[in-house]
Amino acid sequence: MMKQLSPQDWRAHPGKFIALWTDSSHAYALYQPGELVAVALENGAYPALPHAGAGWFQRLAHDLNTHTAEGAADTRPAIQHFRAEDGTAPWPDLTAAPGEGVHQVAVGPVHAGIIEPGHFRFSVLGEQVLKLEARLGYAHKGTLGLIRGKSPRLAARFAARISGDATVAHSLAFAHAAEAALGVEVPPRAVHLRAIMAELERLANHASDIGAMAGDAGFAFLDARFAWQRECLCVAAHTAFGHRLMMDMVIPGGIAGDLAGEGGAAILAALAALEAELPSLKRVFEDYASLQDRVIGTGIVPVSLAERFAAGGYVGRASGQEGDARLSPGYGPYPDLGLDVPLERDGDVAARIRVRLAEIPESIRLIRELLRLLPEGALAVAPPGESGMGLGVAESFRGAVWHWLRIESGMIADVFIADPSTLHWPLLEHAATTAILADFPLINKSINGSYSGVDL
Amino acid sequence: MVWKTVLRHVVTRPPAPVQADAALARALRQRVGASKLGRSLAIRHVPAGSCNGCELELRATQNLVYDLTQYGLSFTPSPRHADILLITGVAGRNMVAAVREARAAMPEPALVVAVGDCAVDGGVFKGAAAVAGGAEAILPVDLIIAGCPPSPAQIVQGLLALVEAHDTRL
Ligand code: SF4
Repeated sequence: MMKQLSPQDWRAHPGKFIALWTDSSHAYALYQPGELVAVALENGAYPALPHAGAGWFQRLAHDLNTHTAEGAADTRPAIQHFRAEDGTAPWPDLTAAPGEGVHQVAVGPVHAGIIEPGHFRFSVLGEQVLKLEARLGYAHKGTLGLIRGKSPRLAARFAARISGDATVAHSLAFAHAAEAALGVEVPPRAVHLRAIMAELERLANHASDIGAMAGDAGFAFLDARFAWQRECLCVAAHTAFGHRLMMDMVIPGGIAGDLAGEGGAAILAALAALEAELPSLKRVFEDYASLQDRVIGTGIVPVSLAERFAAGGYVGRASGQEGDARLSPGYGPYPDLGLDVPLERDGDVAARIRVRLAEIPESIRLIRELLRLLPEGALAVAPPGESGMGLGVAESFRGAVWHWLRIESGMIADVFIADPSTLHWPLLEHAATTAILADFPLINKSINGSYSGVDL
Repeated sequence: MVWKTVLRHVVTRPPAPVQADAALARALRQRVGASKLGRSLAIRHVPAGSCNGCELELRATQNLVYDLTQYGLSFTPSPRHADILLITGVAGRNMVAAVREARAAMPEPALVVAVGDCAVDGGVFKGAAAVAGGAEAILPVDLIIAGCPPSPAQIVQGLLALVEAHDTRL
């Protein structure tokens, strides 16, 4: 599965870059559609990769493991904001864009809304944003360290809390990695129920995020109605699986509990309510010139840039990037059901909303099919106490999440987790510069990177 | 179309919890003398190292079902306007200073509420390298609302104790 490369080949390796990390002996790089290559560390260093998306990962590897990417242009701290000798946290030099009359606007780490922490430094000329530098790392907890030394089953609850809004997807990718490493075959009923949970999670996030964007543009009615739909989905998830976010339900080897007796009916009722209201909400979105005016042409991620960063999810799909992890081989049960992945090219807030609106009916269809075809049988098998290395992927609502595990005698020796947000934050930094400062909240919501998911 | 939707949900809206825990309200009154604050409280939320699950449920307290504002509780973007500092997530090393600054910017008297197991005592992240513990590791906490994440109903119910703390009939 893994190819060991010379330093020259490591640097020259072609492909769409997904992630980079290090363990005690090697640096690893992951390329689509799941190609893993490695280079041996020499004196704690490895050659920096030229890919656009490698920057954050190399900074993270330095802060987490003190490994240096030799030749890296960007050596800013990622999560280690306490580098000063005395343990204090002096502000780094966040330079303004050059030019006369340019000034800086500092926002965060505490933001105005009920969202995660991060610092944004804007350079603005009048209203126009010239530059945005995102300083992340504020949600860093050291989750990878908690996963090491535990069995996959015990460590699953940390994977479930990498990013709470994508808890099912992260749990699924983690389970996929453990199952690949240990050669576990998951019972068909568990595969189906996992997919039902993953699609419910997608629907809940799409609904509330679309509403929140409309709310930011002054359309409180859409916000309220989409939030209501999200609430109905969360209540259905609770009825069906005992947890509103379905946290800790997906575990290595299967799922932690069965669909409750009245769960299927509760889910179908929530889907029917969403399906019934969606056309009228969509019409409001499409018909109001003042709403369209806020989202069309705002926060553009050009196709070429999305391609360079191998953007995924609605961010990639709104900028011409095809691909969905659910279509990858061995990712059950989607091959039997078919999957229609929407694609747009405008790359603005409007396109990202349209992609998400188009994904809603598809997820509704999938869940109905999955419930109709739900096989009987076991819910989980116990992962054996063996050794192996495994990669796992799952398509979260914001794109593919990847988990990598090295397991020794049933215990996790090493782990890395890549949320798609890592590749999307630099796109936000660009998209912000295509608009005025007042549009930033809208643009930020339209990309909706996870902070916890990248700060780890 | 809008009216039809509104009407349908006026009829079908499930009842939200409206009762604060009387013992909790009493304890809180003794502890912080919250009566000075009155019944209309503004909340400044600060995430100190969450997984963002608690934020989702915190936001849900504002939806049509739970409608937190009906009890006189509302979220404010500025700590200067806030009566309550609501902390989610663990005491993450990188957020400690920001949480303290947010508290220092609030007018007195003010209350501190820890929402979610992480903020209560570190939750599942207890013992992680960059985690000092729960919110108590940063500031004295007046009220905890446990759960991972606590449901919107639990959050509303917990916060109601703050509103009712001045009500001596409880
Ligand atoms: S208490 Fe649970 S849901 Fe809340 S931040 Fe912590 S891990 Fe996430």
